[in-house]
This record gives sequence, C-alpha cells and structure tokens, in this order.
Amino acid sequence: MRRYYFERTAQLVFTVLAVMTLTFFLVRLLPGGPADALRANLIRNNPEMTADQIDRRVEAQLNIMPDDPLHVQYLTYITELLQGDMGQSLSQGAPVTDVIASAAPWTIFTVGTAVAIAFVIGISMGALMAYREGSRFDSGATITSVLLNSVPDYIYGIIFLWILGYQLDIFPTGGRYSSSTEPTINLLTPIQTLAFVGDVLWHAALLISAIVLVAWGGWALGMRGNSVQVLGEDYLRVARLRGLPQRHIAFRYVGRNAVLPMYTSMLITIGFLLGGSIILEQVFSYPGMGYYMIEALERRDYPLMMGVFLVITITVAIGVYVADLTYGLIDPRARVDGGGSS
Amino acid sequence: MSSRTESVDVLESDKALETVADETLTRRDRWELAIERSVLAPARIVWSDLRARVGIAILSGFVAMAIVGTRVIDEPRTGEGDRLEPAFQSLAHPLGTDSVGRDVLGQIVHATPNMLLMILAGGVFTTVMATTVGTTSGYLGGRADRLIMSVTDIVMTIPGLPLVVILAAALSPQNPLVIGVILTINAWAGLARAIRSQVLTIRKNAYVEASKAMGISTPSVVRRDILPNIMPYVLINFVEAARNVIFASVGLYFIGVLPYDSVVNWGVMIDLAYQGGALQSMAATHWLLAPLLTITLLSFGLIMFAQGTDRMFNPRVRARHTTSNDGTDSTASPTGDRR
Repeated sequence: MRRYYFERTAQLVFTVLAVMTLTFFLVRLLPGGPADALRANLIRNNPEMTADQIDRRVEAQLNIMPDDPLHVQYLTYITELLQGDMGQSLSQGAPVTDVIASAAPWTIFTVGTAVAIAFVIGISMGALMAYREGSRFDSGATITSVLLNSVPDYIYGIIFLWILGYQLDIFPTGGRYSSSTEPTINLLTPIQTLAFVGDVLWHAALLISAIVLVAWGGWALGMRGNSVQVLGEDYLRVARLRGLPQRHIAFRYVGRNAVLPMYTSMLITIGFLLGGSIILEQVFSYPGMGYYMIEALERRDYPLMMGVFLVITITVAIGVYVADLTYGLIDPRARVDGGGSS
Repeated sequence: MSSRTESVDVLESDKALETVADETLTRRDRWELAIERSVLAPARIVWSDLRARVGIAILSGFVAMAIVGTRVIDEPRTGEGDRLEPAFQSLAHPLGTDSVGRDVLGQIVHATPNMLLMILAGGVFTTVMATTVGTTSGYLGGRADRLIMSVTDIVMTIPGLPLVVILAAALSPQNPLVIGVILTINAWAGLARAIRSQVLTIRKNAYVEASKAMGISTPSVVRRDILPNIMPYVLINFVEAARNVIFASVGLYFIGVLPYDSVVNWGVMIDLAYQGGALQSMAATHWLLAPLLTITLLSFGLIMFAQGTDRMFNPRVRARHTTSNDGTDSTASPTGDRR
C-alpha cells in the first residue's frame, strides 16, 4: 500500500515536469514561435532598443533567456514556474498568475456546479431506470441520454444563447454578472449578497445547463448498470428476507454500492470539463480560464496561453491523484487490491 | 479452448497449423468457410440490427456527399445568389444563402471531404497507436510494461482540448489529415490501457501458451492470437475517436483556433453565422441551423453504427448467424463497455 502511494506520487511529479517541459519546448524551440514573434514585435515597436534590452524584455515575458545554453534556460524556466512566476501577460497587462487567479474561480464554479447537478440527475435517473429495468421508462431514458450525448455541448450552448438569450431575452448573453450589481459576498449585508449570487447564477445558468444536458446521460447509464448488478446480488435478497425497510435497502445497500465506484470518474470528469469548457466559455463570452486562453491565443499572448494550459493540466493531474489515493478510504472494497490502481 | 476467430486466422495464413486444424477440407472449402465466417456472417448480424442499418444509411449518405455531392454541386462562390436568401425558397439554393450570397448547401457539401479525411486520420492514428502500445506492453510485461504504462498514464492525465489548442496554435495546421492526428493526439492512451488489460487476460490462455511453445515469433503471436480478441474495443474506440474529431474540429474552427481562409469546415460556417448576427435576427436562422443539424446527424449516425455493430463481435450472436456452424465453441469475448 505504501509502495502504491509512493509510486503514485512519483507519477504526479513526472506528469507535472513533463507538462512543464512540453510548454518550454513549444514556447522556446518552435521556429517562428512565440520567442521569435515576440522579438520581432518588440523590434518593430521599439526601434531604439538595443538587442540586449530586447533580450531582457523577451526574458521577462517568456521566462526565457535566448542566449543561454538550453539546459540553463530550461532550469531557469522550471525554477521560476515552481516559484509561481509564469511571466507577464501582454494582452491583459498583468502577471499571468494574477489573470489566472481572477479567472479560475469562475470556471471552477460553473464546472463544479454543472458536474454536481449532472451527477445528482444522473444517479437518480440511473437508479430509477435500474429499478424499472425493461420498462418503457427505462428504454425511453436510455434513448434520450444517447440522443443528448450525440450533440456536443457547445451546440446546446449556441441554441440556448440564440433562443433564450437573444430571441426571448430571458437570459443574459455574456459576462459573469450584471454591471449594475456590486460583487458582494458579505454576511452582514445578506440582501446584496443574495442578489449578487442570484445574478451570478442567472449569468451562468445557460452555460451550466449546456454541460448538464450532455453529462448526465453517461452517469445515468453507468449507475443503471451498477444498480442492476447490485440488485441481483445475494446479500440483497437476504436484506429483503430480513424484512429491512425498502428505503433502507434502496439507499444503504443499492445506492451506496452502485455510487461508490463512480467516485473516481466524477473527480476525473471535473478535471476534464475544466479543459472542455474552453469552447463553451467562448460561446457565452464568459471570462473563465478557457476564455482567457483563447483571448491570449488570438493576441499571440503566449505566456498567458501556456499559463492557462499549465494550470488546467496540473489541476487535472492533482485531481486524478487525489481520486486515486482517497478511493480506498471511501470504498473499503478497493483497499485489498491497492486503492483503485487498474 | 478453441475459438472461431482463431481458427479463421489459422485457415487464412498459418501453414504450421492448417493441416492440424481442418485436415478434411479442401483449399477452396477453407476459403469459402473463411469468407462465410469473417465477412458474410458479421454483415448479416449488422444488417439485422435496426440501429446499424440507420447508422450505415447515414454514414453512406455522408460518404456519397463527399464523393458524388462535391462533383454535382458547385463550389460555393461569393455572390452566387441574393444575400441571406431563406431556405426552401428556390431550387438553385435549397438551403438558402449566407450573408455574401454563398450557397449554404454547397458549403455543407464541400466541407464534407475534409471532415471525413480528418475523422479517418484521427481514428486510424488513435487505434493504431493504442493497439500497438497496448498489445506490446501487455505482451512484454515486466519492466517494459511498467515503463510504457507510466508514460501512458501521464499522456492520459493531460486534458485533450487545451493540449490541442496549444498545439494548433504552435503548428497552425491546414492539412485535414494533420489536423485529425493533432485532435486525437492523446486519445490513444485510454484505449491502450484497456487493450493492455485485455491482453493480460488473453495472454494466459492455453492457445497463446501453445503458440509461444511452438516458437512462433512475438509479432505473429500478437497478430494471430491476441489482436482478434481486442477488435471490439478497437472498433468502438475508433467511432469514439471519430466523434471527438468532429466535435473538436468544429468547435476549434468555430472559436477560431484552427486557421482557415475559406469555408473548409462546418465550424467555419457556425463561426461566420455567429459573427454575422445569426443569433440576433431570425433572417439568418437557416445559415446557423444547417451546420448544427449536419454535425448532429453525422454524430448520431456514428453512435448508431457503433451500437449496432457491437453485437457483431459477440461470438454467440455470431455463431447463430454462421450457416456452416457446429455451434459448440464460444469465447468470453469482451462486449462493448465503453467507459
């Protein structure tokens, strides 16, 4: 068991290093890539600057010193990243760390809420489908979830935005909250806080629904499969024979055994949706991490783009790591074979 | 434990085993049996499933659109018709025109070949890469296996879309085949893991042990004894990869990450319609809906096809549909559990 923890931690470290190395080579080594583009840009805009000054500017913005030998550059880059210095964002005029720190909570809020809602809907529907296996409801729900799954979430987004946002004018068409609302989270002023939270939910509602619509089906089908399996187990017949109440059986026996195996997949999904929301945030002009990534891409702001990529990737890596390590604590059945390593 | 798929392989190529396996059959009989088992029976199974028929119909429609449609329907040009002509008004522009008078149907049709090439490239790259890595790793075992799987795990942890975005930004790909590969750059990892665990199970089977004992080379053992068993995974993941290519390519063209200078993708149409105010006014509805419905239809067709062909790999179902069948053998072949 200890060996597993150790190996898993080593793997996390390797993953983070691999991703940092990837961004380093992408930024530094591509011909005509970011460093060259930035240098050309600086020379064009500041003809009076010496080559030395330009080099220093490039270094400040990309964490790179082009004249140093490669391994020195690499070490400097990694050291500065580990200290939390991801360079300066050109398009936002602020350190990359600050831009990401202001955007990340919004992405985590929308994706987290969406995953939570989709999960609740998914497992309730899945359980119902399993209890009524073979019924018209079961097949209807299966077909519905497959159909909903065959459309990418951004298409739901565009259609929602078009009908509910522009044509019927029920929902806002972009932004995090109304400009008229003061962002307040303060227990002393409950009314303003509630108004703000409501406004935020109103702005994120369409984005969240688009994710939920696609995501619940997978969990419903998974939950259905797990529940059908549990429903056929001997211990369930014993529980019924013992005369335990139906509710007790449904929640403590079936629900628990069927939901637990989905714990890892839920944490992993949150991670992947963080990356997947890039397109949706663009559709709704919702300034989260993905939005800034594309913004940065369009303005050739490589430090910000790579910064967002690093943050999303490292978040996912840590999420999967936590999921793997804690699964044994949550589901005792997995403890024997070493905490869910497959 | 004998299995139909293995015996077919033996029939096809393995000189060492063929006389032992079916000594009473003539060469011609053997070929007929092989075709019956590996082509006709699966085809019958697939065709007996409604979902597969729907899927095949939709997919053939798209292939026809790419091959025949592009010759019949002219390439869209600026100013072909009036601006923003609505759909179903004239025979010249059945789906209407966009804001510069280009035929919408023409745009849809002429973006199809590129999309199919992308899907093909992505699907082939994913399955070939995953099958190679998974079978090699599972078959070799030991230290090589651990090393390969650590790398696979790292690749699997990197979220696909952000990675694709930075690669697309760095490389600015134009060729559809290259785009297809970039879009599925790390999709092989999950499949490789599934294949590896499948291989680990199969490897212990007696017939693999036998092949090894006879001194057949590793590549041959992998190809003849192991690959047939993992085909169901491969096909389903091919379809899964294809869907991801559609969703990602359209999405990335839409948000402008992939460069374009003409209407090369349905995502470009959505982008132009979105920027051209299709959301604000009802006049451009057809321009936005045409690509959205096209994408949905293609993805739906792929799902139906995957679900319908699922049964093809179930040896029990297959045995029922093989006419010259002795009905005794069946392997515990994996059926399609995808996630």
